[in-house]
Amino acid sequence: MKNKYSVFSLIKNALSQHENWQQAWGNPEPKKEYEAIIVGGGGHGLATAYYLAKKHNLKNIAVLEKGWIGGGNTGRNTTIIRSNYLWDASAGLYDHALKLWENLSQELNYNVMFSQRGVMNLAHNLQDVRDLKRRTHANRLNGIDAVWLNTEEVKKFCPIINISPDIRYPVLGGTLQRRAGTARHDAVAWGYARGASEMGVDIIQNCEVKGIKRNGDRVEGLETTKGFIKTNKIGVVAAGHSSVIANMAGLKLPLESKPLQALVSEPVKPIIDTVVMSNAVHAYISQSDKGELVIGAGTDSYVSYTQRGSHNIVEETLKAILELYPIFSRMKMLRQWGGIVDICPDASPIISKTNIKGLYFNCGWGTGGFKATPGSGDLFAHTIANDEPHKLNAAFNLNRFVSGDLVDEHGAAAVAH
Amino acid sequence: MFLINCPFCGERDQSEFSSGGEAHIVRPKQPTELSDDEWAEYLFMRKNIKGIQFERWNHVHGCRKWFNVVRDTSNDKILSVYKMGEKPPVNYK
Repeated sequence: MKNKYSVFSLIKNALSQHENWQQAWGNPEPKKEYEAIIVGGGGHGLATAYYLAKKHNLKNIAVLEKGWIGGGNTGRNTTIIRSNYLWDASAGLYDHALKLWENLSQELNYNVMFSQRGVMNLAHNLQDVRDLKRRTHANRLNGIDAVWLNTEEVKKFCPIINISPDIRYPVLGGTLQRRAGTARHDAVAWGYARGASEMGVDIIQNCEVKGIKRNGDRVEGLETTKGFIKTNKIGVVAAGHSSVIANMAGLKLPLESKPLQALVSEPVKPIIDTVVMSNAVHAYISQSDKGELVIGAGTDSYVSYTQRGSHNIVEETLKAILELYPIFSRMKMLRQWGGIVDICPDASPIISKTNIKGLYFNCGWGTGGFKATPGSGDLFAHTIANDEPHKLNAAFNLNRFVSGDLVDEHGAAAVAH
Repeated sequence: MFLINCPFCGERDQSEFSSGGEAHIVRPKQPTELSDDEWAEYLFMRKNIKGIQFERWNHVHGCRKWFNVVRDTSNDKILSVYKMGEKPPVNYK
């Protein structure tokens, strides 16, 4: 790497007041033709380009991003990473990603601040207890670390939780995945962008796709705001806008796009050193390295592309947070935002070929895509390069909605991803 | 967050309603004769439009009646409301 980050480069640049750092990735104009084009410059799209270049030796590729890289859901999520999913297919997919996370900072020579602080999922009723215990066993059979904690152990692990039995949703226990945690979301996009750019990938920002040119059953290129670009392979990683792009190719996807909200508080001293999720009451919380409480809420019930979300959703989430953590009653919330998530009927993603040759979709991650970023990119790159899915994403094909072979993670895994 | 003009109760907060998704998806007349592709189309595939969408809503915390709404999903503006069984307004096609 020509501009390797290290303690020495840090010292060297400190001497020149940090004014001589090289640009981390290029800002090229699009070429006339590429071997493959990735639509969407979020974490998943950039990771796809990175692994295409690195593992599959495709160098003449571009990533098109209509805004700026990492400005969509990559920069809007609550950064939770875990792999404790119920079904074998999901466990394989998400744990592949988690294993890549464990070495990602070294791989990218970019500090993604991956912190394995553990993720705890709370149970509030008897059915939660049964479901979560079942999931713990399923996880262990798949080689994923998981433990069941009773109420006292939950309290010991996270002392600020209110375990009083007379609250509306009492804590009856929880599961803990210690290898799970959080990462710096922006850094993931930036790290992959830098790595991909280094290998010759063109990252083209402010370039919106306006149409897909087809010749019969195969793709020929993309109409964009920066003109027509020829290519035989298009990988779409457009999250909430996947249906919009699919529509350009005359495809319909089993997706609904909905606003999902998150919010952060004013920064405070360290108070919660793990991630706690509660699916029943749709509230999850962690603390960022800056000290802000990062709180995730639920989705709105209706289709919308507004990146806002409704106030009542936030209100309900904060009610639940306050009941579980009375200590936060005086906290002030600083910022609230929304991202548009594309939700599949079975709450599992689609990493798949389509019936149009050269058109691939990586979508449907819904409310929980961030955790899968490295794995999603790796497997989607494999699918594009070989025109065949990897065995880890074979189950996540588009045809499962016809065959009925769904990967139903709705009630079984954590609802709030 | 927006207001919805329920055709039976008048203007109320969106949180009183529940969304029933895309409207005018016709239930198959002969379910036994459907192919797997047709089932997938009916059950799962959605237009998921960014822009003007026809959809069903239920005033679940009010009169509990279903009705149709024309809404621009890019800015949540409601353009028209009409009852179940009525023809969708033609000017938004």
